[in-house]
Amino acid sequence: MTVPLALLGLLEREPSHGYDLKRDYDAYFGRGKPLPFGQVYATLARLARGGKVLVGDAEPGAGPDRKRYVITEHGVSELATWLAEPVVSDPHLQSVLFVKVVLALLSGRPAEQYLDTQRAAHLRRMRELTEIKRTGSTIDALLADHGLFHLEADLRWIDLTTARLGALAREVTR
Amino acid sequence: MILEARDVHFSFGSTPALRGANLAVAAGEIVAVMGPSGSGKSTLLHCLAGILVPDAGEVLFAEQRLDALGEVARSTVRRDRFGFVFQFGQLVPELSAEENVALPLLLGGAKRPTALARAREWLVRLGLDGLGQRRSGELSGGQEQRVALARGMVTGPEVLFADEPTGALDSLTGEQVMDLLTANAREHGTTVVLVTHEPRVAAYADREVIVRDGLVTPLTLGATP
Ligand SMILES: Nc1ncnc2c1ncn2[C@@H]1O[C@H](COP(=O)(O)OP(=O)(O)OP(=O)(O)O)[C@@H](O)[C@H]1O
Ligand SMILES: [Mg+2]
Repeated sequence: MTVPLALLGLLEREPSHGYDLKRDYDAYFGRGKPLPFGQVYATLARLARGGKVLVGDAEPGAGPDRKRYVITEHGVSELATWLAEPVVSDPHLQSVLFVKVVLALLSGRPAEQYLDTQRAAHLRRMRELTEIKRTGSTIDALLADHGLFHLEADLRWIDLTTARLGALAREVTR
Repeated sequence: MILEARDVHFSFGSTPALRGANLAVAAGEIVAVMGPSGSGKSTLLHCLAGILVPDAGEVLFAEQRLDALGEVARSTVRRDRFGFVFQFGQLVPELSAEENVALPLLLGGAKRPTALARAREWLVRLGLDGLGQRRSGELSGGQEQRVALARGMVTGPEVLFADEPTGALDSLTGEQVMDLLTANAREHGTTVVLVTHEPRVAAYADREVIVRDGLVTPLTLGATP
């Protein structure tokens, strides 16, 4: 989960209220999936219990939003460690698709058609992302690009697999 | 349908390149043609554009049998109504970049100053300011390709045929070129047939088809039986 670490990162800039953290999170990372307030406060409470943030005194007024949160040394070091670690490469789709392809070949189903359908779905998503890039902000464009490059990598794999279906079929139905 | 290939067969000597290809393109549509190397993409493009005449089958442009026209009539259609960006050997080496871009206008009877002024506008749009006087040998591969693109679009053609138009460009320049090409095509209702092996380029199109072994496979999400 990147939410706690993203909040720590936002907090490192300056002590902030939960409301400000949510607003900035949504603006930078939210893309159509805003962070619920409940999750913001629950996460901050957990970070506080773990000694990664301090909760300031409630300012005059009512409601949880009156509290200001401050990152601790421990929080900063956890954030720094996380930032420096490479993200786990996720070959998720490929493995699911691979299982489908092999099963299709084993059962004499049209593996090539399944791959074509996946290809069409990927390209449709790529068209949507391209449209977002064309019309959106730089943040939108960079996030869309990330998706586009991943989808493109999958598509290359799909192309290669399509081209090697004959060999794969011989190997798995031996 | 503004453009249609019906059961098109074409062989280079004994090498079959198209074996019954079908493709229908609606006016204003941007279609990406993808597929493995050697599958017949360029051949299909050349048949659709009236550069090659199929051995069998029909090619229709604006409800007219393009393949049934003589060479002279076909070259008139190509000059007046089509724009081209080819995969190889694009620019005339003796001419400057500017003159290369102006060429289709000059061939269509435009006055030289008008043609050159239009050419310069396109060079600017494609980020080639100040390179208009250079010959093709004095341009980088990517710059040359952008000059070829400008030449393909300068006449405001009804159909633009583009064969790997971003092949020599880095991804950022390729994207800028595709942005420009598609925005311009959508604004003017230009139909585009775009051959590319890059999914990111194909993603600028309205839809894609795949050519495999000389046949066209349309890609649909509902293909699974
Ligand atoms: N001038 C030619 N003479 C002989 N054979 C040719 C010629 N041009 C193409 N071919 C053959 O016709 C087939 C289709 O070629 P085509 O150029 O249409 O492929 P393509 O899909 O455009 O490939 P690429 O992605 O490599 O450009 C190939 O087998 C190719 O070798
Ligand atoms: Mg080709």
